[in-house]
Amino acid sequence: MSGSTFKSQAPRRMGPVAAKVSGLLESKYLGWIALAAALLAPLLTASPYSLNVMTTAAIFVMLAAGLNIVVGYCGLLDLGYIAFMAVGAYTSGIVSRAFDLPLFFTIPAVLVMTILAGLIIGAPTLRLRSDYLAIVTLGFGEITRITANNLAVTGGPSGIYGIPKLLTFGDFSVHSPAVFYYVTILIVAFFVLASARLGKSRLGRAWRFVREDEDAAEAMGIHTYKVKLMAYIFGAVWGGFAGVLFASHLTAISPKTFIFLQSALVLMAVVLGGMGNMRGVVVGALVISLLPELLRDLSEYRYLAFGLLLVVAMVFRPKGLWPARPHEDERTGAEPQTAVDAAVSRGESR
Amino acid sequence: MTQIIWDGLFVGSFYALIALGYSMVYGIIKLLNFAHGDIYMLGAFIGFVMLTSMGGLPGALGIGALLVVLLVSMALTGGAGVLIERFAYRPLRKAPRLAVLITAVGVSFTLQYGVSAIMGSNPRSYPVRLEGDVFDVLGARISLPQVLLMAIAAILMISLNTYIQKTSTGRAMRSISLDMKGSLLMGINVNSVITRTFFIGSALAGAAGVMSGAYYGKIDFMMGFLIGLKAFTAAVIGGIGNIQGAMLGGLVLGLLEAFGASVFGGEWRDVFSFVVLILFLTLRPTGILGERVTERV
Amino acid sequence: MSVVLGVNDLQIAFGGVKAVDGLTFDVHEKEIIAVIGPNGAGKTSAFNCITGFYKPTGGSVVMEGTDITGHRPADIAAVGVARTFQNLRLFNDLTVLDNVRAGMHLNRGQSWADAIFHTPRFKRSEAAYTAEAHYWLDFVNFEGPRGVPIANLSYGQQKQVEISRALARKSKLLLLDEPAAGLNYTEKQNLLELCRRIRDLGTSIVLIEHDMGLVMELSERIVVMNFGREIAEGTPAEVKANPAVIEAYLGKDEEVEIDDNA
Ligand SMILES: Nc1ncnc2c1ncn2[C@@H]1O[C@H](COP(=O)(O)OP(=O)(O)OP(=O)(O)O)[C@@H](O)[C@H]1O
Ligand SMILES: [Mg+2]
Repeated sequence: MSGSTFKSQAPRRMGPVAAKVSGLLESKYLGWIALAAALLAPLLTASPYSLNVMTTAAIFVMLAAGLNIVVGYCGLLDLGYIAFMAVGAYTSGIVSRAFDLPLFFTIPAVLVMTILAGLIIGAPTLRLRSDYLAIVTLGFGEITRITANNLAVTGGPSGIYGIPKLLTFGDFSVHSPAVFYYVTILIVAFFVLASARLGKSRLGRAWRFVREDEDAAEAMGIHTYKVKLMAYIFGAVWGGFAGVLFASHLTAISPKTFIFLQSALVLMAVVLGGMGNMRGVVVGALVISLLPELLRDLSEYRYLAFGLLLVVAMVFRPKGLWPARPHEDERTGAEPQTAVDAAVSRGESR
Repeated sequence: MTQIIWDGLFVGSFYALIALGYSMVYGIIKLLNFAHGDIYMLGAFIGFVMLTSMGGLPGALGIGALLVVLLVSMALTGGAGVLIERFAYRPLRKAPRLAVLITAVGVSFTLQYGVSAIMGSNPRSYPVRLEGDVFDVLGARISLPQVLLMAIAAILMISLNTYIQKTSTGRAMRSISLDMKGSLLMGINVNSVITRTFFIGSALAGAAGVMSGAYYGKIDFMMGFLIGLKAFTAAVIGGIGNIQGAMLGGLVLGLLEAFGASVFGGEWRDVFSFVVLILFLTLRPTGILGERVTERV
Repeated sequence: MSVVLGVNDLQIAFGGVKAVDGLTFDVHEKEIIAVIGPNGAGKTSAFNCITGFYKPTGGSVVMEGTDITGHRPADIAAVGVARTFQNLRLFNDLTVLDNVRAGMHLNRGQSWADAIFHTPRFKRSEAAYTAEAHYWLDFVNFEGPRGVPIANLSYGQQKQVEISRALARKSKLLLLDEPAAGLNYTEKQNLLELCRRIRDLGTSIVLIEHDMGLVMELSERIVVMNFGREIAEGTPAEVKANPAVIEAYLGKDEEVEIDDNA
């Protein structure tokens, strides 16, 4: 408990540059600025290599946005998140090849399969202590990979290749790297916005209540099990859609792509970025996916460095490097008293 | 049939050795030490480095030298466990669960890729390979090395059990697992007991690492990943936090897996044991020997 | 007056300890009842059994005719039981307003799709949540800042927020576990007055309290527990005169503490 005096949220002293940067990062328009930057980036460099790197990074951002729902909002540690991407990628790959459809039309199947996957893994385990969930998801990630490796429909160890394009209208298809990049950016932007908005809704608040104190949440009538399952399913769907983009981007998938390392990298993006803070998570994802491209020489040590960073970050900043700083406007005085009374009496159950 | 049982028990004794560390640490500080499987990997590599620098085993010294290597590796992995606890887990003892779990993942990552950076990421061949006569007992092929390794595992587990039942440290461990605050008040040096727990658990995992390197002959930096998961499953089957449960759980999981593999095929072995884990967690989360407790609100 | 909550022969044991052993009492509409007893008497355990956090090993709990014995806490809350905790259980990283909004979770009014597409329904619903949160903070006379994380507030203010969160649940019954603990004299007077205003809303209150002055002044009936058992029940005057109660509190000695000094 804090002392008896109210500690005001005095902004930390910082230099003018730091203040500008921090002002920019907290700005309302940051999302739009980031989107504009992503859309303009190909004007600077549009080589196949850089488009490939940027598309991959965007897909990684989407994964991080999905995992942020589970880990950041709801406080559930998922160590096998990449499995949902695998479910999405394999489902769309198999269905589109079997029926010779563009990937876009596999979306209903992907939705069904990822929600099923979320339920299968979440339903039995979300009743348990949160640390059990962590290790069960770890196992689930491995099992998904091993299953894909063993089955014939998934193409065994060599996987599936020749996956159709995302969408084809007559002669025009989304296959030039630049067009695909733009499509990816728009889809990812939508999902990032959607998860940020979910975070600021009744459901998003319930996730945070569960994260902060499950007992207190239950006492308020929040069915914590259902709420956690919802977080899990949303996370699964985000991962599944990232999988569709991934399959479309690479046109080939194999079990080797979906190893624990990938789950751990997404987790790092979420944790280092700042659990629950969607902006931080996007930055974290960009850093994790782009940094290795810049530091190719150090590739042997980069995972070692990530591991150490994770430990150091948790020891010194257990809420992430850029945690969410909850803040709301004080009362505006704009609420007319009648509206308040109406609001209060509408829910009246007495 | 007897072959399946024997194989199951053999693999199960490895699971049991590693599950012990999982269970002891969980019992005392309620931490799932994800890095525990990687301590096993570390043990295998420490043994590898020592044996390589000795130029393999001089024939005459054979088993004796291997035992020395085993003991030194145990001491070193035990020390590694203590350091990990001191610098990664202890600062977070009062932190939110999520932060601690993430730290454990970070430690696991650090161990894996630290070893990979030093030793390379390709599998290495162990400089010794235990070979010996094969007997036929009731239709099962049992080799001398298998008997030897199981004997070592059994000795380690029996000594641990005696230690926990008979010594004051053992009593302190049991008392902390029941009530950490109370134990502090009773004047138990909680930190020192936790340090010992980590030492013992990690040493046992390190021993298992050396033994499996010497028996299977191949090691790599990811070898602790899946077995860590299996050891956790074993600990859950036995009742996590329960020492005898961990041993029992290891053997039970070994047997279940051996039967599962013979029914569904070897490539489904890991999937099968995972399904066993889920079933246990759903139907009997306290495991075979665990007790149900009501958490305070 | 109709019975709101019926507790009948409630029992819970932890290993050998019978924390609650045969507790029976009724709560009527608009009634304020106190549960008192020495430390470790089983008062909090009784609350936890009523609200579903512990599964009773025996007995029954009936809320407005519905048997809720052993139900899930969230379902019990939905039936109309709100509570506070002995050691503040707030959502520390969240703002004061969000903490109060937790109590309104069952108000509904928006779906996740509304949230993603920011529909007018969503905006209306959010505005209502905010307005109502302010309403309940005003109701408890909360004067601190409302847009900052609750961990920044003083203990007394946090206790106020915990009560407004429970009030926002708008339930028929409110269980308060030691609401006056740690409060100063003025704050206790405000609490007393607040409890009466809550009762006037139509909510019955059961409170666990060690402050005898407050208990004697506020409650209409008192249930006294010791070692899990119910040793007395009655009006403040009856309880004060009950030898078993005096003995439980003081050992076999003269009356010292049980007098109203509030
Ligand atoms: N989850 C639990 N597991 C084991 N024992 C428990 C549990 N919860 C409570 N107890 C025990 O039950 C008994 C009653 O505790 P309880 O907290 O209900 O007392 P109380 O009357 O609220 O006391 P206080 O006035 O100190 O708050 C105590 O002996 C306590 O140790
Ligand atoms: Mg109490």
